[in-house]
Amino acid sequence: MELWYTEEHTENVRFCIKIKDVLYNGKSPYQKIEILDSVEFGKILTLDGLIMLTEKDEFIYHDMIVHIPMAVKPNIRKVLVIGGGDGGTIRELTRYKTIEKIHLVEIDKLVVDVCKEYLPETASKLDEARVELYFENGLKFIRSQEDEYDLIIVDSTDPFGPGEGLFTREFYGNCYKALKEDGIMVNQLESPYYSLYISSMKKAYRNIKEFFPIAKVYQAHIPTYPSGYWLFGFASKKYHPIDHLKEEEWNRLSLKTKYYNTELHKGAFALPNYVKELLEYE
Amino acid sequence: MKRLSQENAPIYEALKAYKENRIVRFDVPGHKGGRGNKELTDFLGKDCLMVDVNSMKPLDNLSHPVSVIKDAEDLAAEAFGAEKAFFIVNGTTAAVQAMIMAVCKAQDKIIIPRNVHKSAINALILCGAIPVYVNPGVDKDLGIPLGMAVKDVKEAIEKNKDAKAVFVNNPTYYGICSNLKEIVKIAHENNMLVLVDEAHGTHFYFGEDMPISAMEAGADMAAVSVHKTGGSLTQSSILLCGKNVNADYVRQIINLTQTTSASYLLLVSLDLARKNLSLNGKEIFKRTVEIANYAREEINKIGGYKAFSKELINGDTVYDFDITKLSIYTRDIGLAGIEVYDILRDEYDIQIEFGDIGNILAIISAGDSMLDIERLISSLSEIKRLYSKDKAGMLESEYITPEVVLTPREAFYGRKKSVPLDNSLGEISAEIVMAYPPGIPILSPGERITKDVLDYIYYAKEKGSLLTGPEDMAIERINIVEGL
Repeated sequence: MELWYTEEHTENVRFCIKIKDVLYNGKSPYQKIEILDSVEFGKILTLDGLIMLTEKDEFIYHDMIVHIPMAVKPNIRKVLVIGGGDGGTIRELTRYKTIEKIHLVEIDKLVVDVCKEYLPETASKLDEARVELYFENGLKFIRSQEDEYDLIIVDSTDPFGPGEGLFTREFYGNCYKALKEDGIMVNQLESPYYSLYISSMKKAYRNIKEFFPIAKVYQAHIPTYPSGYWLFGFASKKYHPIDHLKEEEWNRLSLKTKYYNTELHKGAFALPNYVKELLEYE
Repeated sequence: MKRLSQENAPIYEALKAYKENRIVRFDVPGHKGGRGNKELTDFLGKDCLMVDVNSMKPLDNLSHPVSVIKDAEDLAAEAFGAEKAFFIVNGTTAAVQAMIMAVCKAQDKIIIPRNVHKSAINALILCGAIPVYVNPGVDKDLGIPLGMAVKDVKEAIEKNKDAKAVFVNNPTYYGICSNLKEIVKIAHENNMLVLVDEAHGTHFYFGEDMPISAMEAGADMAAVSVHKTGGSLTQSSILLCGKNVNADYVRQIINLTQTTSASYLLLVSLDLARKNLSLNGKEIFKRTVEIANYAREEINKIGGYKAFSKELINGDTVYDFDITKLSIYTRDIGLAGIEVYDILRDEYDIQIEFGDIGNILAIISAGDSMLDIERLISSLSEIKRLYSKDKAGMLESEYITPEVVLTPREAFYGRKKSVPLDNSLGEISAEIVMAYPPGIPILSPGERITKDVLDYIYYAKEKGSLLTGPEDMAIERINIVEGL
């Protein structure tokens, strides 16, 4: 018998992966969690039936959500990660010796527990001494933070379900407040390709732009996400992602990365025309 | 015949049987189970249209219930602890009007708080009863009307021994309860009935540690807006009667104005809501209270806002407080409630129940998710950070004691003329003016148009309240009574 995992990218488009085994299948108060083992992509984490990461392509997402801001402001000391219970973002952050404190706010403890057990390569650094885990609602956590962080990474699920609050105006406003005066916020910004995702992407970007004087968008190719094409937001009170790129400084760190490099950094901000139009990009 | 229990839902069961029987339809409605209106069917769903049907023998008739509707009403009466329950499909407005019209004829007196919903004032216009107004208590800090003081009710009764009934608004929109039991006692001692507008109190009958319900307090009739906090569809409601009321006469009064084509969608929603409340009400409202208490605590932590609760209780005009209501005083951050209400909707995609001059009200129910509650709290925190301003120059008091000159009916049907609002000072209004929601008249027919009233209307307009009532929908002109 052949086992295929199917994800509906739209009502009319399906994405299928051949599965060897279902390693874990559970339900938390927030969502359905599954770990699958596939032939092509290795182990896969899905939440509510949507792929969050696969062993084969998770490096792209995690490189791009972490190294872009770190190369603009290498002296970052205190970081807040919202979402990201799989630990991939934390793993990349902990490679920077200069970071002193990382707070991870994940609403669903079960995601962390499951990833630690089944995806040790991604979740390996969640127990590192600099990392503090908070299992609570990100919107609630950030409400009481002010002038606290150098970097906030919003590593959320899609804006339908538990991640919904992390695409709202009240959330971005609170992030602005929680950042120091030269702070940076990076967030996953969905895909511009299928109409299902477009309105949440546009709304999120519009909200970010209202609070941050610098609000740019960059892209990456992520094969297992809908359309394979994904956007990220870079927002800052002070730094432009290209003008202030500390290319030499970052390269001197000699971090070995599989996707990111400083040349790609500059190119990632060059957006296709249809995306610029959607975003009313300046 | 087997005895029905609260596990039953007679209308629901009858509709299911009707569907299964695949009856051929040569009666109204003409959409014939949705086949005649495809777009509507696609939008609302086939299941919904299939049971949008007309009265017929197996489904009973709301205006003369003898089978499944009667059974459902009997179960509702049992669940609410009433002698008799009527399902109402014309909104709680119809239930309030039926209560008043069932006990008052033209020229009969009724003791009534001035801060009633417009449906009560409109009932007075319809039946010609004479209101004896009792001014509610007022919380000066919050600017909200409270319940009626027992001594004020007593005084009104002593001065008007011929009054037929005392009307009580319990709880108010803000969650304030009067001393219902005592008011019932005094009224009954004086041979007056007690009618309760319990539109916002469905949960009093099913939750634990709730303020006393109208039926439990011994009131004679109560209008319960099951759709508000009980889970039925909008516009469905229940009228409850106690043992001192001739229920058959009440049914005649209801039938004077209620539709003869009662919607089965509304009826079945009442039936299933009653079943759910009976079986799961305790759990549902326990959860509601937990959510409301959490939200109040977090909102009060933000500072600047005051999410008020049981600390208002004073043994009289605030005899009890309904803690499922999330009422928040906003004036200290320099914003009128209506401004916060608008910002929440326009900027944060959050729709709350209403905003008035000094407060907002969010309806909390077991249907709320904690994620949504966090959004509301965080948005309020952001609104304070981004929009708060100095509160100087904000209008202070909400409740204006009216000067009543004529009965609502005399003023409404009397000789009248239209004048610009600016020229109406000192005249007698022939119409209602109110902000909706909450729908409590700023000015009722027969009341003097004072400077306070005009200031309030102008201020409410400026702050963006939706003012309704007068013939002139722009509220630039007002009808006044002529020849006085």
